[in-house]
Amino acid sequence: MEVRVANVRKEFDRFPALHDVSLDIKSGELIALLGPSGSGKTTLLRLIAGLERPTKGAIFFGDEDASQKSIQERNVGFVFQHYALFRHMTVADNIGFGLKVRHGPSRPPAQEIRRRASELLDLVQLSGLEKRYPAQLSGGQRQRVALARAMAIEPKVLLLDEPFGALDAQVRRELRRWLRDIHDATGHTTVFVTHDQEEALELADRVVVMSQGRIEQVGTADEIYDTPNSPFVYGFIGESSSLPVKVENGDIWLADRPIGLSAPHAASGEAMLYFRPHDVELLDGCSGCIAGTVAASRRVADTRRVELEIGGERQRVEIELPVDHPAAQKSRVAFRPRRWKLFPAA
Amino acid sequence: MTTAPARAGWRFRQPSVIPGFGLTLGFSLAYLTLIILIPLSGLVWRSAALGWTDFWAIVADRRTINALQISFGTAFAAAAINVVFGTLVAWVLVRYRFPGRRIVDAMVDLPFALPTAVAGIALTTLYAPNGWIGKLLMPLGIKVAYTPLGIVIALVFIGLPFVVRTVQPIMEEIDKEVEEAAATLGASRFQIITRILFPGLAPAIVTGFSLAFARGVGEYGSVIFIAGNLPFKSEIAPLLIVIRLEEYNYPAATAIAAIMLALSFLMLLVVNLVQSWSRKRYG
Repeated sequence: MEVRVANVRKEFDRFPALHDVSLDIKSGELIALLGPSGSGKTTLLRLIAGLERPTKGAIFFGDEDASQKSIQERNVGFVFQHYALFRHMTVADNIGFGLKVRHGPSRPPAQEIRRRASELLDLVQLSGLEKRYPAQLSGGQRQRVALARAMAIEPKVLLLDEPFGALDAQVRRELRRWLRDIHDATGHTTVFVTHDQEEALELADRVVVMSQGRIEQVGTADEIYDTPNSPFVYGFIGESSSLPVKVENGDIWLADRPIGLSAPHAASGEAMLYFRPHDVELLDGCSGCIAGTVAASRRVADTRRVELEIGGERQRVEIELPVDHPAAQKSRVAFRPRRWKLFPAA
Repeated sequence: MTTAPARAGWRFRQPSVIPGFGLTLGFSLAYLTLIILIPLSGLVWRSAALGWTDFWAIVADRRTINALQISFGTAFAAAAINVVFGTLVAWVLVRYRFPGRRIVDAMVDLPFALPTAVAGIALTTLYAPNGWIGKLLMPLGIKVAYTPLGIVIALVFIGLPFVVRTVQPIMEEIDKEVEEAAATLGASRFQIITRILFPGLAPAIVTGFSLAFARGVGEYGSVIFIAGNLPFKSEIAPLLIVIRLEEYNYPAATAIAAIMLALSFLMLLVVNLVQSWSRKRYG
């Protein structure tokens, strides 16, 4: 089922949580909403589910305007961060709940509900736990039951709110791979919220980066990482360094020296230069480069992260060097970013 | 096999490393003995001195049986009413924000604080045939004061805070997400209340019921004013005990007290068993 979010605005007590957000989700896609807390990602997910009503705008499931429908009619599967299982019901009753509360002919017979529940338990690899109560399960198992319960109603869209947020790192990684497998096997259109960029980039077909109630960028992991389109995305995804520079006649100047990079289409004036710390080339001489004195040097896993003080204003930037690179011993290092981007000065 | 300890059966669960288990347990036992066990065993002791046949004659007396029936029946009815409306009051206090909510919340505790005799007199004045409410009910043929119905009303007044205050905290703990999960699965509001919320609240409601019931069985001050105290019709067991005491008929008073004690204990035991069964199941 395709989902289209069209110019949605949401206010809580006049405080805007989402400003004019639009998003197209293709059928069968696995989408991540990624952003820091307060970016509006959970609000967007809850709007799609119908747990909140948009102040303005509409949400379409296929061609139908879903924003006119109640939560019950929308037929979405929602998985909560803290599972939200019904603790007075067995695992099987939890999974079958969505079918049991149906009315009339759409309600399958009890035997069919039971069969469907154990089928889903097989899918989430918890066969044989039908009779357990949620209190008797581990966190990872509870979240799997929650997912099985959401899938039991054959939802049009599967929505997951920080599904692995309450689990420890090991289980998290395992469930991540497992969710991808389940998604590939069942083909549900799936949207999940996370603040963990690794999770988003690894798991999703496309990532929606959000900040302060707006969508900053939508794209595949490669697009988001390699061509960030805003300082926020540059800073939020992966490591980044930035320097205030000046553009004059298509050349980039740092303080009173050109740094050997040209930006022919950039407007003249103040700007911010963004680059990845690991994506730099080291230079010997310095006629057109960024040079700085080494302020600190730290070993981080397989690289050495060097902090440089640059120019009279002692701007600090970080670059990454191979562990055995001689430059790390020197007191002065000159470099030039290989890949970089200019943004207007804030 | 030789290393296995021979002792089995009763054993203390390993207390935590924080010291004080021995001291606190010792204090608790001594305290409970002093405050509860000694007076109650005195009661059993005095009525045991009566001998079985005399005891049975007093207990099987028509007047005693009627008084017990009235006491337990009205307490049960009042607790049942309180369960329904107390839960409703708790729901309103927990779920809605309205001006004056804190005042209503504080008002719930008034029956705790008010001298019960004051409550009894106030209710009697209202419900007497010439009182504000009694006047309105009279033409309908409903007589409240000086009937068991009056006793029920007094006990509803006395028991309300017990239900509200036991249900309220559990209701506050209900995870909003559980309701939302049920809604996304297609459950209607009614289904959410009956299938999700109510089962979660049931243990608290049962506790509230048993507290209100226990309080109702023992209530004296507020009831005697509104009950009219007609033997066989609106005479409660605690009043009958007082009457026997005033007649210096101590054996009869203790016998009635002992049977009340046994019945109350039995009911609370049943309630507790239901509780522990549900706790074991749902964690």
